[in-house]
Amino acid sequence: MGPLIPNGVIPAEWDSIIAILIGIVFGFVLESSGFSSSRKLAGVFYGYDFAVLKVFFTAALVSLIGMYYMDYLGYVDINQMYVHPTYLWGAIIGGVIMGLGFVTGGFCPGTSLCAVAIGKIDAIVYVVGIMIGVFIFSELFVLFQPLYEGSFLGNITLEDSLGVNPYWFVFIFTIIAIVSFVISDMIRKRNKKIFY
Amino acid sequence: MKNNQKNRHVYWNPYFGGFLLGILILFTFYITGRGLGASGAMKSSVVTIVDTVAPTHAENNTYYSRFINEEKSPMNTWLVFEALGVLIGAFLSGGLTGRIGWRTQHSPKITPKRRLAFALGGGILFGLGAQIARGCTSGAALSGMAVLSTGGFITMLAIFGSAFAFAYFFRKNWI
Repeated sequence: MGPLIPNGVIPAEWDSIIAILIGIVFGFVLESSGFSSSRKLAGVFYGYDFAVLKVFFTAALVSLIGMYYMDYLGYVDINQMYVHPTYLWGAIIGGVIMGLGFVTGGFCPGTSLCAVAIGKIDAIVYVVGIMIGVFIFSELFVLFQPLYEGSFLGNITLEDSLGVNPYWFVFIFTIIAIVSFVISDMIRKRNKKIFY
Repeated sequence: MKNNQKNRHVYWNPYFGGFLLGILILFTFYITGRGLGASGAMKSSVVTIVDTVAPTHAENNTYYSRFINEEKSPMNTWLVFEALGVLIGAFLSGGLTGRIGWRTQHSPKITPKRRLAFALGGGILFGLGAQIARGCTSGAALSGMAVLSTGGFITMLAIFGSAFAFAYFFRKNWI
């Protein structure tokens, strides 16, 4: 039963090799979906290209639905999965800063790596920027520490915090995503086409 | 329509790409019990650089010292290997479709210099934000959402909400 490495089905020595293989597929899919182009990525914020919205929500839904199916069928135990911890204000303020960085820089870290791989100079500069950002954070860690470690709510899921049934949540989330896909297509048709 | 008024590159259908990405996230969770990530590799690189240049400083800093281990290098982590894979995978995809080349992509309305300045600034902000939120779009938002993590959903909403809110001020850079 999954997850395979933590449960010893696959020996832990394979960890790094599997990491590279997973990374290769990740990079291939992102690049082939056009995520190595900052102007395509930024399109979602100006309504001329909704690839980010479509790829992102489709991926989230497929993994979410798949996860609950595999849990239901007994292939994985969803409670053994690593749940990204919730530090309320860290998540909000960090997210707002990242959003500003996204719309100014045109990449997020994963997509910038893809763009670096195909030789985009703006992406190389962006990655240098990320490293400077990490450096600033680490050097001024004392300042950020209360935000970084404060308002810790645990490794909670929406099931805990909203009290919703996860199956219903996934269903409603799917409907929201489909509606947003339809609306995004309508918006894109109304907007001037941008070529890049 | 003029000939040059066409996008040079043909990418995958976004739903197809999203479907494969979703399957990959599922597979990653099935094998390793955790999700994907991207900014982690850059953090490891910074820790390694600082630890090499100024080892005592790195050990005295509360943040770097968390990732420094006597036995193994900070580069010997899952996320660094995964990031190397991302570079290989993207290079393969770009190579197969002829997208490889040194260039700076920017809107015709701005100069390459301005684009690079904004890329640097955006990178600094994203790097800072990703540390505060303990993950970026991949690690916190996408992988968090796959297991219904509350923090993952909040980070996702914050990233896209703020990017939409600030988009108006930077429109010249893109459209």
